[in-house]
Amino acid sequence: MVGFWIVVALLAPFVAPFPPNAQIQPFAAPLSAAPDGGIFLLGTDQLGRDILSRVMWGARTVLFFAPLATASAYTVGIVMGLAAGYFGGWVDDLLSRISDLILSFPVLVLYILIIATIGASGVNIIIAVTFASAPGVMRIVRGLVLDLRTRNYVAAAQTRGESPWYIMLIEILPNARGPLIVDGCLRIGYVIITIGVLGFLGLGLPPPDPDWGGMINEARALALAFPHMTIIPCIAISTLVLGFNLLADGIREVSLHD
Amino acid sequence: MTNTMTVAADAPLLEIRNLSISYYSRAGEIPAVIDFSLRLETGEAIALVGESGCGKSTVAMAIMRYLGRNGAIVGGQILFKGRDITTLPPHELRKLRGGEIAMVYQEPMSALNPSMTIGAQLMEVPIYHDQATRDQAYEMSLSALDDVGLPDPARLAAAYPHQISGGQQQRVVIAMALLSRPSLLLLDEPTTALDVTVEAGIVDLIASLAAKHQTGMLYISHNLGLVLETCSRVNVMYSGEVVEEAGVDALFDTPRHPYTKGLFDCIPLPDTDKTAKPLTPIRGQLPLPNERPTGCNFAPRCDFFEANTCDTGPIALAGKDENHRVRCAKWSTIDFVGGETAGQASAPTNDDPAEVLRVTDLKKYYTIKDRSIGAMISRRGAVDVKANEAITLSARRGETLAIVGESGCGKSTFAKVLMGLETTTDGEIVLDGQAIGATPVRRRSKAQLASLQMVFQDPNETLNPSHTVGRQIARVVDRLSTKHETREEVDRRVKQLLDLVKLPGDFANRKPRQLSGGQKQRVGIARAFAGDPSLVVADEPVSALDVSVQAAVTELLMDIQREHGTTLLFISHDLGVVRYLADRVVVMYLGRIMEMGLTKDVFAPPYHPYTEALLSAVPIADTRYKKKRIVLEGSPPSALKPPTGCPFHTRCHRKIGSICETELPPTVETASGHRIACHIPVEELSDVDAVVSAAT
Repeated sequence: MVGFWIVVALLAPFVAPFPPNAQIQPFAAPLSAAPDGGIFLLGTDQLGRDILSRVMWGARTVLFFAPLATASAYTVGIVMGLAAGYFGGWVDDLLSRISDLILSFPVLVLYILIIATIGASGVNIIIAVTFASAPGVMRIVRGLVLDLRTRNYVAAAQTRGESPWYIMLIEILPNARGPLIVDGCLRIGYVIITIGVLGFLGLGLPPPDPDWGGMINEARALALAFPHMTIIPCIAISTLVLGFNLLADGIREVSLHD
Repeated sequence: MTNTMTVAADAPLLEIRNLSISYYSRAGEIPAVIDFSLRLETGEAIALVGESGCGKSTVAMAIMRYLGRNGAIVGGQILFKGRDITTLPPHELRKLRGGEIAMVYQEPMSALNPSMTIGAQLMEVPIYHDQATRDQAYEMSLSALDDVGLPDPARLAAAYPHQISGGQQQRVVIAMALLSRPSLLLLDEPTTALDVTVEAGIVDLIASLAAKHQTGMLYISHNLGLVLETCSRVNVMYSGEVVEEAGVDALFDTPRHPYTKGLFDCIPLPDTDKTAKPLTPIRGQLPLPNERPTGCNFAPRCDFFEANTCDTGPIALAGKDENHRVRCAKWSTIDFVGGETAGQASAPTNDDPAEVLRVTDLKKYYTIKDRSIGAMISRRGAVDVKANEAITLSARRGETLAIVGESGCGKSTFAKVLMGLETTTDGEIVLDGQAIGATPVRRRSKAQLASLQMVFQDPNETLNPSHTVGRQIARVVDRLSTKHETREEVDRRVKQLLDLVKLPGDFANRKPRQLSGGQKQRVGIARAFAGDPSLVVADEPVSALDVSVQAAVTELLMDIQREHGTTLLFISHDLGVVRYLADRVVVMYLGRIMEMGLTKDVFAPPYHPYTEALLSAVPIADTRYKKKRIVLEGSPPSALKPPTGCPFHTRCHRKIGSICETELPPTVETASGHRIACHIPVEELSDVDAVVSAAT
C-alpha cells in the first residue's frame, strides 16, 4: 500500500488527468464527463477541481513532508535520548523534564500554538511535528540506551579511550536500530494523520495547493450532499497510514527472526 | 493425591524407551533428542550431563510434556509408573504435572511470581492438588518452608520473592516442588545461578530430602563434580544422544567414550598442573543439529576416529555389561592410557621480576541517596556502600594473580576501579610507576590505556553485534597505537591478532552473531592484547562457556600471557580453575581481603575459615579425592549493612567469641608472604585438616 502511494505520488505529474488547481466544473459526480471530453473519475469539488488529480498531487505533498518531518523529529529525539541515557545525572534530568513539559500539553493545542505563532507553511509543519514528536522519540531512545550502555562492549570502548559521542553513535545507536525502525514506521503514520489534521484545521499548506486534510475541510460543509468529496481523501489517508502500520508489523517480524 | 495412577507391579518409577524428540523450524525438522532410554527406580537419582545444546533440558521438558508448539515427540515411550505419558489426555496431564512430577528450574527468580507473596504461591499447590482448605494449605506451606531449612517460615511466607536472596528463592522453589509430595523430581541445573557456598547447601538439602521422601530424581547439570556428589548413575549426552551411561564410580574412574574422557581432561583437578599436566581441550565444536555427521556425532572431534568404522551408520549403546554402556563403535578397543600428553618443561622463573601493579589501601564507596520524602524530612542522608575496603596487593611482571570470592564480594568493582571506569574513594593504584587510581579512563594517556586492558565475562556482550570482528579489532589497534598507521598496517595487525588467538584471518569479515561463545571470547582476548598491555584484567573470562571450550580458552589465555610476559589479574569464583592457573591468590569477602598468598599456600592449611568453606563447597569431579564438608549458614550479608568486626563472623564455623563481632581481625603474615585476616592464631589454623585429601 505504501508502495502504491509512492508510485502514485511520483507519477502524479504524468498520469493525473487534470491540473490539480484547475477549476473546471463544480460538483461533478464521479464518472461524469468533463467538458473537454475527459472523465472526472472521482468527480470534482465545490470549485470544480478534479478530485482524482488533487488526491494524486496530495500524495506528493504528504509523502514529501511526512518522512521529512519524521526524520527531523528522529534526529532531534535521538540526540536528546542518547545524551540523556548515556550521561544521566543532570543532563538526563534537564532533558527529561523538558520532554515531560512538551508531552503534558494536548498535542492539538500545541500545534495550533506553534503554527499560529510561526505561520502556516511546509517548513513550519516540519518544525511543529519535530517539536511535538521528538520527546516521544527521546523517551524510547533513552530507555534503549539505559540498557545498552551497561553492555561490556561499551566498557571495552571506554577502556580504549573513546569519546562519549563516538560511543553513543557508533557503539550504542546501531544496536538500538531494530525498535527504532519499527517505531519510525508507526510514527510516519501518525505524522500523516497529523498533517491531515493540520490541513483540516487550516494550518497545513496554504491553499490552493492540494492537501488531503485541506480537501476534507473544504468539503466538510457539503459532506451530506456530496459525500464523495470528503470520503475520497479520507480513504487516501487511512490506506496510507494502514500501509505504514503494516510495514511496521512486517519489519518487527523480520527483526524478531534476525 | 491422585488415584488415577495405578502403579503397575514391578514397573519402574520412570522408564523412557527409545525416545526421539524433534523441533520444527523454518529449516524443517531438527532432531533434538535421538533414541533416548532411561530407567529410574523409586528413590534413585540419575544425572543427565552434557554441554549446552546437547538436548538434556529437552528430555526433562518431554517428561513434563511441555515441549512448546514447535516441538514434538516423534518416537518412543515415556512410561511413568507403567503408564505412557505421551498419550495422556490434557486433564490427567495437569494432575501429573506438579502433582506426581515436579520440576525445579535454573533461575529461581523467574520461577516465582514476583507479584504474589511466597506463602500465597506455596498455598496454591495443596489447594489445587489436594483440595486442601486455606488454613490447611497455610500450615502445609509453613512446614514445607521449615523442611527446606528456611528460618522463620511465617515471616518468609508473607514476603515477596525479590525480598529474599537467590539461595532462599531456590529453597522456596524446592519447597513448592515438594509440597505435592511428588514421586519424581526433575532438577534442571538447580544451582547454576547460585554461589558455590549456597550451592553446597542446596545440594545437601536435595540429597537429604530425596532420601527422606523416597523421591526419584533426574538431575540435569553440566557440572560433573556436582553429579558425583548427588547421583548414583550418569547419562552423558552429546548432540542429542546418550553417548555413555554408567554408575558414577565406573564413569568417573573408567570413562569409555572419548567424549566423556575429553570432558574429564578439560576439568582442572587438584593434581592438574599448568606446566606438568595441562588441560587438554576437545578440539572443534558441537555440530549444529542439521549438520550432524553420519555415524558417530562426535567423530569430527575424536582422536580415535577411524574411517569406515565410525562414519557408516547409527551406533547403538553397547558395553561389557548392562550397567556401563557406550555409544562408540570402537569401545572395546580404545585404550586411553597412551593418550596422555607429555608436559612441557616448567616455565622459566626469573627470580625477582619487576612489580607492575601496586594497590595500597584502596577504598571504593558508593553513595546511595535515599530520595524518599520520609528520608528528606528526617534528614537521613546518604548511605555509603563499602564495595572495596582497604585493598592492598601487588602483582609482578608475567605473574597470574587470581581474585576469588562469591558474587557481591567486590571483585568486579575492584576491576572497574583499576580500569578507570570508576575512580577510587581513597588509596592508591600504581601501574608501571604511574598513579592512576584517581584518573578516570577518559583522562588516561594512550600509553596508560594500552598497558591496561580487560577481558570481559559475557561472550554475548563483549563484542558489539553491529560491527564486524575485524572492524572492532582494527579500532582498538588504531586507538592504542602510538603512531599513525596506514590501513594496510592495521589490517595486517588485525590478522596477526586473530592468528594469536588461533582464529582464521577471514573471521575479520564476520559479524559476532556468526561466532560461537568460545570464538567471541577469543576475539575479546585478541582485542585486549592489541595494545601489547602489561596488565590484563580477566573478569571471569570462561565462566559463561561450556566445559570443553573453557579449557581451550583458558589454555590460550595462558599461552599468550607466557609469550608476552603479561601480568594477568584473573577474577573468578571457580577455585578449580584458579588453583590450576594462578601463581598467587587473593580471597575477598564483602569488599575486604581475607587471605592472600601463593596458590599452594592458600590451598593448604592454614586457611582462613572462609577459604576453608569455599574449598569445601567446590565439587571435585574425581573419585580419588575426599572432601571435608563445611556448609555455611545463610548467604553473604548485604554490603549496605556489613557486620561489625570481622565481616565473616555471621557465617563463620570457627567463630571464637565476641571478639569476632567487635574487632576487625589483624592481618597476620607468615614467612612466605601468606597473609590471613583472622582472630584465630595462625598456629591453630595450621592444625586444621586439609579440606581436600586423596582418598585412601
